[in-house]
Amino acid sequence: MNLHQPQTPPSEPPSASPLPPTVFDWEALRADFPILDQQVNGRPLVYLDNAATSQKPLAVIEAIERYYRNDNANVHRGIHELSNRATAAYEGARTRVAQFLNARGPDEIVWTRGTTESINLVANAWGAANLRPGDSILLTEMEHHSNLVPWQLAARRAGARLVYLPVTGDDGLLDLSRLDALLAPPVKLFAFTHVSNTLGTVNPVSALCARARERGIVTVVDAAQSAGHLPVDVQAIGCDFLAFSGHKICGPTGIGALYGRRELLDPMPPWQGGGDMISSVDFFESQWDAVPHKFEAGTPNIAGAIGMAAAIDYIEAIGRDRIFAHDQELAAYAVTGLRAIPGLRLFGPPEHRAGVVSFLLDDIHAHDVVTVADRFGVALRGGHHCNQPLMRKLGIVSTARASFYFYNTAAEVDRLIEVLIEIRKFFGGS
Amino acid sequence: MIDDLNDLYQQVILDHSRSPRNFRALANANRTSQGHNPLCGDNVTLYLRFEGDVIREITFQGSGCAISKASASILTECLQGRTKGEVEALFERVRAMLTTGQVGGDDLGKLSVFAGVHKFPARVKCAILPWHAVLAALEGKSDPVSTEEGGD
Repeated sequence: MNLHQPQTPPSEPPSASPLPPTVFDWEALRADFPILDQQVNGRPLVYLDNAATSQKPLAVIEAIERYYRNDNANVHRGIHELSNRATAAYEGARTRVAQFLNARGPDEIVWTRGTTESINLVANAWGAANLRPGDSILLTEMEHHSNLVPWQLAARRAGARLVYLPVTGDDGLLDLSRLDALLAPPVKLFAFTHVSNTLGTVNPVSALCARARERGIVTVVDAAQSAGHLPVDVQAIGCDFLAFSGHKICGPTGIGALYGRRELLDPMPPWQGGGDMISSVDFFESQWDAVPHKFEAGTPNIAGAIGMAAAIDYIEAIGRDRIFAHDQELAAYAVTGLRAIPGLRLFGPPEHRAGVVSFLLDDIHAHDVVTVADRFGVALRGGHHCNQPLMRKLGIVSTARASFYFYNTAAEVDRLIEVLIEIRKFFGGS
Repeated sequence: MIDDLNDLYQQVILDHSRSPRNFRALANANRTSQGHNPLCGDNVTLYLRFEGDVIREITFQGSGCAISKASASILTECLQGRTKGEVEALFERVRAMLTTGQVGGDDLGKLSVFAGVHKFPARVKCAILPWHAVLAALEGKSDPVSTEEGGD
């Protein structure tokens, strides 16, 4: 099956695996991911848990190793050679993230531990300066706990209230007919996900941000599931803040970034204190460093930042528009196969779906599906996917989920479908 | 591989998960308790009529995977007429079996069908959840018990 006809020629082939100019060879990229080449429970591994975390190419593993072997030192304070190298690589990585998101400059990029910490930073620092009793925060019913619990905490601190834009049901779309009514005073901030980690819904982020901006409402986009999968341009989206993680875009765990518009970051107070975030410290008072350093207390995850920049180089060489087309084709192919299985309930939009497919098989619990799939070498996720309120809304407690990335193939989707049919038989389905 | 699966999902377990026994609320219960697994969202509520030191009647309700549902169902069958001390002793035996796979004697009866769970470490907590709930009920604790200290 020809999964994808490239729409544009590759821009800049990765040095490790030169890409042919016309036909994109997704299979060849698998050689860059040694982890994919293994047997699990006696069967070839089919890794379909990419929404939880992606695998890492050699280019990323080697960039981290190179840093620790050759350049390791603390940043921003050394006069010596290694510290200069580490600082240059660390700040160079920040510039790479700024380019990746099309921010106006590296001072709009704050390093964090990941999407969750990025959102907590906004909820704490922006929240402390801007949220007042009686204000509201608008979220959507499809938010991950990481874009929900920080706002519950911020609302409690400020005496503010949470309001939700509804999801339509199993189709998993935002009910945009309610948007104008909800996006109004006393709402001060609107936080929403770009791509749902459970439903695969791709939300119209630019339109949502434009509507919020007209009303002077600050926007926060959770790009954990989108940044490594489709083009994300913060200026085109028109958001005030955007959060994402390194580990879901082929980078290491423990590193992520927050994009914030300079005009909003500048007046925000720091949220954590320590070294590296000050310009001067007295016994009783301190002066903060400028953004973004004001929000980065303590020795940062230097190797993580360098690994994340290597991951960005790797996926930019493939091209995110091409990755998204591949994700969508795999998802559409999977949906066709899943729909043919009797007793399967599918969640998420019928079309224009990201590479995330959630389902229930008869009345078999998701954990039983995942346990048996694992015995066939297929790695799925089963559970509430940190989406408990959404699960309650849909009247379920959990789903099984397959999530794809560019190294997944149509043959792996075929294997998924075969295994699900086996699972039905195993649990006595007809 | 399939042998492992058949060890985990024995026919008795599949049967109890499809047609759970004593699956109802108990109107004259004097002890109830809830077990919750925050990782999978599974819930079990146990209802006991506990008189003197003996469980006269025990039933359950809830939703969960095949393992947790069958565990609760078989537990209600095995604990009718048992004393608190007997249940505590049985729990220790069941816990040892779930983590080592060793049944150790034939007094576990039907409970021995869960011996295969030890090959699936992620699923041990599914099997043990209703046991934590029944112990809480016997202690007279009313707070829900959880498989996790913190939660997800």
